[in-house]
Amino acid sequence: MNMIEEVVSAHLPVGETLRIQKNRIEGAEPKKRLAIVTGTHGDELDGQYVAWQLARVLKKRQPLLRGTVDIYPALNPLGISTIYRGLPGFDLDMNRIFPGSSEETMYEYIAGGIIEDIAGADLCIDIHASNIFLREIPQVRINEQSAETLLPLAKFLNLNFLWVHSAATVLESTLAYSLNSLGTPTLVVEMGVGMRITKSYGDQLITGILSVMSQLFMLEEPCPPVAPPIVSTDGNVAFVNANASGIFIPRVRHEERVEEGQLLGLIADPLSGGVREELHSPASGLIFTLREYPVVNEGSLIARILGGAL
Amino acid sequence: MKRKTLFTIDAQPYRQPIPVYGYFFGSEEKTLAVMGAIRGDEFQQMYTAAKLVQELIRLEAEGKIIDDCGLLVIPCAGQFSMNVSRRFWPLDNTDINRMFPGYDKGETTQRLAWRIFEALKGYTYGIHLTSLYLPGDFIPHIRIMDTGWQENAEGLDFGLPYLITRKPRPYDTTTLNYNWQVWETRTFSLYTKATDFIDEKSAQEATDSILRFLTRHGFLKDVPLPEGEATQAVSEKNLVTIRNICGGILLHCRPTSSQVQAGEIMANIVDPYTATVLEEIRAPQKGTIFFARHAQIISAQTIVFRLIPG
Ligand SMILES: [Zn+2]
Repeated sequence: MNMIEEVVSAHLPVGETLRIQKNRIEGAEPKKRLAIVTGTHGDELDGQYVAWQLARVLKKRQPLLRGTVDIYPALNPLGISTIYRGLPGFDLDMNRIFPGSSEETMYEYIAGGIIEDIAGADLCIDIHASNIFLREIPQVRINEQSAETLLPLAKFLNLNFLWVHSAATVLESTLAYSLNSLGTPTLVVEMGVGMRITKSYGDQLITGILSVMSQLFMLEEPCPPVAPPIVSTDGNVAFVNANASGIFIPRVRHEERVEEGQLLGLIADPLSGGVREELHSPASGLIFTLREYPVVNEGSLIARILGGAL
Repeated sequence: MKRKTLFTIDAQPYRQPIPVYGYFFGSEEKTLAVMGAIRGDEFQQMYTAAKLVQELIRLEAEGKIIDDCGLLVIPCAGQFSMNVSRRFWPLDNTDINRMFPGYDKGETTQRLAWRIFEALKGYTYGIHLTSLYLPGDFIPHIRIMDTGWQENAEGLDFGLPYLITRKPRPYDTTTLNYNWQVWETRTFSLYTKATDFIDEKSAQEATDSILRFLTRHGFLKDVPLPEGEATQAVSEKNLVTIRNICGGILLHCRPTSSQVQAGEIMANIVDPYTATVLEEIRAPQKGTIFFARHAQIISAQTIVFRLIPG
């Protein structure tokens, strides 16, 4: 069975309702529950493809399905519909207002309703797609505080890289942190680039989701073969930021391996025809993040290199 | 007065370098620093700081700053956004005031936060003229983050009507106020009535309150100032939040600072098509309007007022 259900809603000022919806796909007993969540940031669209395609793939496998899969394609429908990353008309990023509240603003009320609906699931996968500036390889990001619980399952997600990052207080207001602290294991996926869909990454993740479902005994079929990810902590990730403003001209490709000292790209000055800065790799390794949007300010992130023990 | 360029925002080739100035008064001591506008719509905050610069130039010339007192005022660090009518960093919509303590090798707004913080660190007292994430009118007040090592009583020395103490939330931990305190500056956020428009009376009130603070602490001598008010200390958790259920046009009935009786209508939410009243927002108890949402139309389930009970 396949049903569209309302998660939480609120009236907008003029004749419209903000409604968060999910696609509930139900299989046989026992009732384990998997939540697939995306669209927190309105400029991240890879999750749109995954939500659509996963629903189709699961429909075909309905007889093999044990338990419930809830697909939440748009936690921030107003952002998606207006090509806006944040919450339209609101200062705070949506991923900084969880677990929400019924004592504050509308968006915090909505966030509270979302948490209430997802809480208790056996697993939640929160799909992000970088932003318009950076292209990312498919990866899982895990807060070191919940690494022990999440690492075993994350390895089945069929993604290239598993980044165990340090904890910062400000991250305590993310969806993933809030759910993990409520005892609902939540994995954060990052992949692709904002405002675009990278279909191959989406398909790769869907294979991973099916494999995790097999692991959770939610799908009565053998686990599809998945490639294990590279697992790394912050220590093996090197950052390259621009020190000058201008136009970034890359000299390498995303997902390429580079040597320490290799030229990654230039900050060009179209006014003078000059070069304001040459950017070199601080380490040998894999370019897992690469600047996509050409206009840069001093400080703009250009690349992240996964190096160290590789 | 000595004006120094604290740092320069570089956005070449299409925008010219933007200097961020610090105005220094008195000795080399780091007695008190005032931060004006950080966001691009904090016109009132910039103007208040500018008026303070004007006053301090006069007081310094008259010999009224005591010998071992050193003051710094930064009227504005938000020029890059202000000049293009944006509240946040125009490229990625990030908020410099959610990037503290900053990072000198990080993203653009992290670097700017770091440079601002370098200039402001080490002062005994710090005052940030700031704005809330919700647009609205306030009773002028001092706000102190309740981190456990703050000195609440000093907040009374401004002679503003209220002193509010707030328990920090995760999203507060990256603000200037919070980090300034962590770095052992006694920090106050000063909220005036307005943000994105100039309110002369409340700007003057705020300027006077800072001079009053300096006078009461013996840093200024023989400065005649209006008496100020007997400050009432209120914990934010004791404020009464008044929320709406319906969306529509918001028509306020009572201005900020006014006394309301239990049951009195404070605002109406009217139907945007027929002007019929959808909801009467009534005072749940007797009190003073501390915060009134500034909005022409309003969504459901959000904050309309905050009331100081009594
Ligand atoms: Zn995201």
